[in-house]
Amino acid sequence: MRIVVCTKQTPDSAAKLTVDAAGNVSWGDSPIVINPWDEYAVEEALLIKDRLGGNATVTVISMGPEAALEALKHAIAMGADEGIRIWDPAFEGSDTLATSYVLAKAIEKLGDVGLVLFGKSAIDSQTGQVPVEVARYLGFSPLTYVIKIAELDPAGKSITVERLLEQGRQVVKAPLPAVVGTIKGINEPRYPSFMGIRKATRAQYPVWSAADIGADPAKVGAAGSGVRWTRIFPPPAREGKAEIIQAETVEETVRILVDKLMAEKVI
Amino acid sequence: MDFSLTPEHEMVVRMVRDFAEKEVAPYVKEYDRAHKPFVRAVERMAELGILGICIPVRYGGQGMDYISLGLACEELERVDTFLRVVMSVHIGLNSLGLLQWGTEEQKRKYLIPQARGERWAAFGLTEPGAGSDVAALAATARREGDVYILNGEKMWISMASLAHNFLVFARTDPKAPPHQGISAFIVEREMKGVTTGDIHGKLGVRAGSTGWIAMNDVEVPAENRLGEEGEGFKIAMSCLDNGRYTIGAGATGLIRACLEASVKYAHERRTFGRPIAEHQLVQQMIARMRRDYEIGRLLYLRAGWLKNQGIRNTWQTSLAKWFATEASFAAASDAVQIHGAYGYSDEYDVERFLRNAKGACIYEGTSQIHELIQAQYVLGYREDRPLRCELPAYDPEEWQREA
Repeated sequence: MRIVVCTKQTPDSAAKLTVDAAGNVSWGDSPIVINPWDEYAVEEALLIKDRLGGNATVTVISMGPEAALEALKHAIAMGADEGIRIWDPAFEGSDTLATSYVLAKAIEKLGDVGLVLFGKSAIDSQTGQVPVEVARYLGFSPLTYVIKIAELDPAGKSITVERLLEQGRQVVKAPLPAVVGTIKGINEPRYPSFMGIRKATRAQYPVWSAADIGADPAKVGAAGSGVRWTRIFPPPAREGKAEIIQAETVEETVRILVDKLMAEKVI
Repeated sequence: MDFSLTPEHEMVVRMVRDFAEKEVAPYVKEYDRAHKPFVRAVERMAELGILGICIPVRYGGQGMDYISLGLACEELERVDTFLRVVMSVHIGLNSLGLLQWGTEEQKRKYLIPQARGERWAAFGLTEPGAGSDVAALAATARREGDVYILNGEKMWISMASLAHNFLVFARTDPKAPPHQGISAFIVEREMKGVTTGDIHGKLGVRAGSTGWIAMNDVEVPAENRLGEEGEGFKIAMSCLDNGRYTIGAGATGLIRACLEASVKYAHERRTFGRPIAEHQLVQQMIARMRRDYEIGRLLYLRAGWLKNQGIRNTWQTSLAKWFATEASFAAASDAVQIHGAYGYSDEYDVERFLRNAKGACIYEGTSQIHELIQAQYVLGYREDRPLRCELPAYDPEEWQREA
């Protein structure tokens, strides 16, 4: 069985975001890293591979320009088997729908895919739409907010997962192939190993173009995107002021704090 | 000339930084306050392969180069000095000594478990009466048939109470000139007559172990002698070339930690109606930290490059260590100054940085010893002579060979 992890590169979470008057978004000179949520997806894929006794291949794919290599390299250094970058100048300006189409076409080309794993969302755009859109394109079972893969039966073609929802945990059984959106807490992602780092820096990363995956030009890039950006502006800076509560004892300090929080309807 | 790191180096930096930030930074202050060695952190360094980072794969290591060792030390000491101290003694002073001077049997028996992180290693040179003056050491090793009988006491030994293996120096020939009668021995904690303990009341590095080793009629098999009889002084000096490298790199990381903390605080703290970052005398301290960080980094990376090439680097390493340790103490002092009264309390990290910085100006050659070394090289009073065993140049193929 092939397990595919879809990943993307994002600015480091410590990056400072700026938006100029013309609406251009900049992350400054922040380093580009693998989307932090995707590390959980890669880790889960590696754990599943271990559980299947190695009868699985973990393929990591990313749609993006040269910078997307960082995400692929990180995943290989963690232990993934291969990384493929999907890029074509025609993909420029893709929204989540166009991106999902491209990823779905690439997954179709890979073949024998039992499971597609995603991180919860990307920390830059935070839409969380791509996993379900990919599942829809492929006709795979969409399983999001997964905190645990309880059972996986490749032969019986079924998967049982626990989804973490606001109301509680929901256990869902679905047929394979499936798309699983992982969330923080599903595992503790490993660090890249030194051996993995060497492998990652020496590996070949094939690049698949629009023609390679048989993508319809009308469905990719800005042309294939439904979203129109009418205005881009920075969110207003958070306002607030800090108040230091000074009382004689800790108990008294806590009492004042609790009163204030209740008055503000925080608790 | 090429100043860029390789993609491999960049990934090593990120991996070690992630580990130190996630698993050490949130907890180290409590260990430091309690004067308690943070053993779990060392275990994690072992599990992640950091304790064998630059040792060849066939000797249980990870097969990275000497520059990776330096980069890892910078990242580790940026979070806490004790992490880098572990690297200095386990790899710099001990494991690299075995790689350089050990027989194949010694490497198989001792280097492999050390590089895998299964056995931790320390270095026993300093004594209560012999620090900078190495030739004054008093520990003795008397040959009796197939064994040496070791007696004596070692002091200020990092990892004394945690290490499993010690590289110990003792006098085998009391009649020989002071530098010539010393030999090196691999001593195991389990050997009868070995006792260790920690020293309490240290100024800094309180999350690490620093202590003493007492040897009372310890029988050490003759095959545990590292190098030839009487070669101990040369071995000790070559080990210091590697230990000092890790210190220079680590101290550079400490300067960076001071710089990062100071920049953050200078933007946040306001006096006279503006962030203190806008005050010129604060800017001066920050500019000096930047200058010293960049110099320290260039110096240790050059030393690492020389090691990779297999070129002797005694004075270059000494310079890197001398400069970066003194500069890290100055940076930490300025960082406390920038933080004002808050910097004087352990609410912020900078007071720990200041306490941690001082030790490295003393051990592995005081700043004064390094000053003399530099002058002696320049004046022609001192020169490197070829050693019977040189530290092997880094050869990726050789380092990554499985067997």
